[in-house]
Amino acid sequence: MIRTRKVPGAVALTTVLALSAACSGSTADTSDEAVDLRMTVWTADTAQLELFDTIADAYLADHPEVAEITFESLPFADYNTTLTTQIAGGNAPDLAWMGDLSRDLIASDALVGLTDTFEETPGWEYDDLLGSATAEYSRDGTLYAYPFSNSPYALYVNTDLLAAAGQEIDPATLTWDQVAAAGSAVHAETGKAGFVVRDFDYTAWNTLATVWTGWGASAWSEDGRTCTFDSPEMREAFTFLHDAVFTSEAMPGPGTTADFFAGDAAFTVAQVSRASLLTGGFDFALHPLPAGPAGDYSVLGQAGMGVLSSSEHPEQAADFLAYLTNPENAAQLARYFPPPRTSLLTGEQLAANNEVLDASQLQAAVVDQLPNAVTLPNHTSPAEIAQRGKTALDAMWRPDADIPAVLRSVCTAIDPILAR
Amino acid sequence: MTRTRAAERTTQQATGQVTGLATAQAATGTGRASGPVFWTTRRRDVLTGYLFVLPQLVGVALFVLLPVGMAIWYSLNERNVFTGEQTFVGGDNYAALANDPQLPEVLLATVLFCGGVVVANVTLGLLIAVLLNRRFRGVTVFRTLFFSPVVVSVVAWTLVWGFLLQDNGGINGLLDTVGIDGPNWLQQGDTAMLSVIFTQVVRGVGVNMVLFLAALQSVPRELYEAARIDGANSRTVFARITLPMISPTVLLAVIVTVAGALQSFAQIAVLTGGGPELSTTVLVYYVFQQAFEFNDIGYGSTLALMLLSFVMLLTLLQWQLRRKWVFYED
Repeated sequence: MIRTRKVPGAVALTTVLALSAACSGSTADTSDEAVDLRMTVWTADTAQLELFDTIADAYLADHPEVAEITFESLPFADYNTTLTTQIAGGNAPDLAWMGDLSRDLIASDALVGLTDTFEETPGWEYDDLLGSATAEYSRDGTLYAYPFSNSPYALYVNTDLLAAAGQEIDPATLTWDQVAAAGSAVHAETGKAGFVVRDFDYTAWNTLATVWTGWGASAWSEDGRTCTFDSPEMREAFTFLHDAVFTSEAMPGPGTTADFFAGDAAFTVAQVSRASLLTGGFDFALHPLPAGPAGDYSVLGQAGMGVLSSSEHPEQAADFLAYLTNPENAAQLARYFPPPRTSLLTGEQLAANNEVLDASQLQAAVVDQLPNAVTLPNHTSPAEIAQRGKTALDAMWRPDADIPAVLRSVCTAIDPILAR
Repeated sequence: MTRTRAAERTTQQATGQVTGLATAQAATGTGRASGPVFWTTRRRDVLTGYLFVLPQLVGVALFVLLPVGMAIWYSLNERNVFTGEQTFVGGDNYAALANDPQLPEVLLATVLFCGGVVVANVTLGLLIAVLLNRRFRGVTVFRTLFFSPVVVSVVAWTLVWGFLLQDNGGINGLLDTVGIDGPNWLQQGDTAMLSVIFTQVVRGVGVNMVLFLAALQSVPRELYEAARIDGANSRTVFARITLPMISPTVLLAVIVTVAGALQSFAQIAVLTGGGPELSTTVLVYYVFQQAFEFNDIGYGSTLALMLLSFVMLLTLLQWQLRRKWVFYED
């Protein structure tokens, strides 16, 4: 009988305890004096995270109103999804790195305007920012994110592979046709790949802007409301790419991996910041992007840091961001990320903290390219445009593809999204 | 009869215990002398039973019923995930199902994937189970071999197959050694679908194999002996005795495999990302894209409810059809 009486009580107690444990989350910060700040980032590089921690520690020492600053590293591949889920779930960070999500965040008023904070911070030097760097993160004259990384795309060359195939190039007059010819020769001679557009992998088609811009093409009109994939310039650019894949075989086809930094390709188009992947396994050269039929051009990949309006402490977060990006700390960040400040943009300055590239390479590939660089295609609803465009473009990567028809189908797929 | 008598005895014993307890309490003055006893053994047993299932009920309510209810609510609203603003749109998301140009292709891919997985998985599982339902040297090794992929992480399994199925990957390298120019498995619509079905089936066939093995070993030997005496050949024995006797297990395997196939997400996400074009975009992956990549929570919820309806309808259909082909001993 005793056992019979105790069992219901024991089960009830267990249930209550289990539910209590399941329902108890982290306790909210109830302190009125000091607040905690959290910034989501996509880097997992310990050296970069240590630098952020060092800057944060220095800030905390002078700002007792902030108790703790945490840098939360999220996997790059799922960064947008994770950040969006955090925001939608009411667990938004105070500050966040952002890539192609920036347009959606700005359009939704999900970011705090930073211009006033930066201008009012003594010694911040707002006018030092490069106009081409801030354009992507501005609306109606207000800056919504600090463009901390401005990394132009450049052409990396494996000179060992070129030599093995008996190929020579002149960087001063280099064109895409010459790159394709040399790449084709390398592939025929060595079996290695000719040229690859890094991260494209027949999925991330926006990275092909590093090629089609050379033909004067663009994904959509300047106001972002009309698809221009079916333009004559884009047809020419994709004819070049299609030939490179299926005729000259200068470019590896879909489903074939070739990592330039592992020595598998003669050329790659990649951001200058990827130079850290070079391990010394082969001799290399770095040049600005080759000229296309439309002449010289440069393309930029950007990342920004902003304060979310859903933050419980937007003022403290904006103040910390102003500190993190002031001229002194921007110079430290420039060790890893090409800065948007003209005062820091010289080959010598960038080379001071770069162990792989020298001053002349950085001057030619970064400093000289930034003022006139265009950014990779960016728009609101980036994931939906990317997926619809990719689905339509898949038909391009067949030997018998009808190039104009495929490009028209891309416009059919993305025009309704652009027009919203 | 035996079970009924035993139950009667148990009830009588329980009644006796309660009566005895009440009498003892009355005699010692420790309980109420008059009136019915509320906490009878039966009531205590009932309460104990409910308390034991309470955690499960709470779990189902929190993690099944509540999300389904929220999905229904979300499907009636348009939600801006960045600001949290929500607008009631009524049946707009349901109307959008009819106007979604991608949905027919997604549903076709879902049918092809589920059909392929169920047919291949159940057939292969049964075939392997029949082959391994004998005594020969090394049979345990073979059983372990076929079951081992089941315990491998689905993402790790799919990643490895992703490398093997590349144009310059291991499968084509192997084919090349025997003079076959293999296709670009993951980049062509038909071979991409075959590839995701293949990796799903090879990984999951071990579960059905074990189910079928257990069922095969429970078929009474005397039925086979009687069939042999009657002159039945192996094919007839399998069709007339084995298959009917294990048909309840076949039903279970089909239901479980259909439900599993409709929920397959990681294989698609890792191996093909739904491509090329929409050839491998199955419904559950499409739900993920809409809700978490395109941030269209309302339409994603509507699609999720459609998927839930499909699973429920298919399960119900299979359950109803069981009377036509499932053999029950009693």
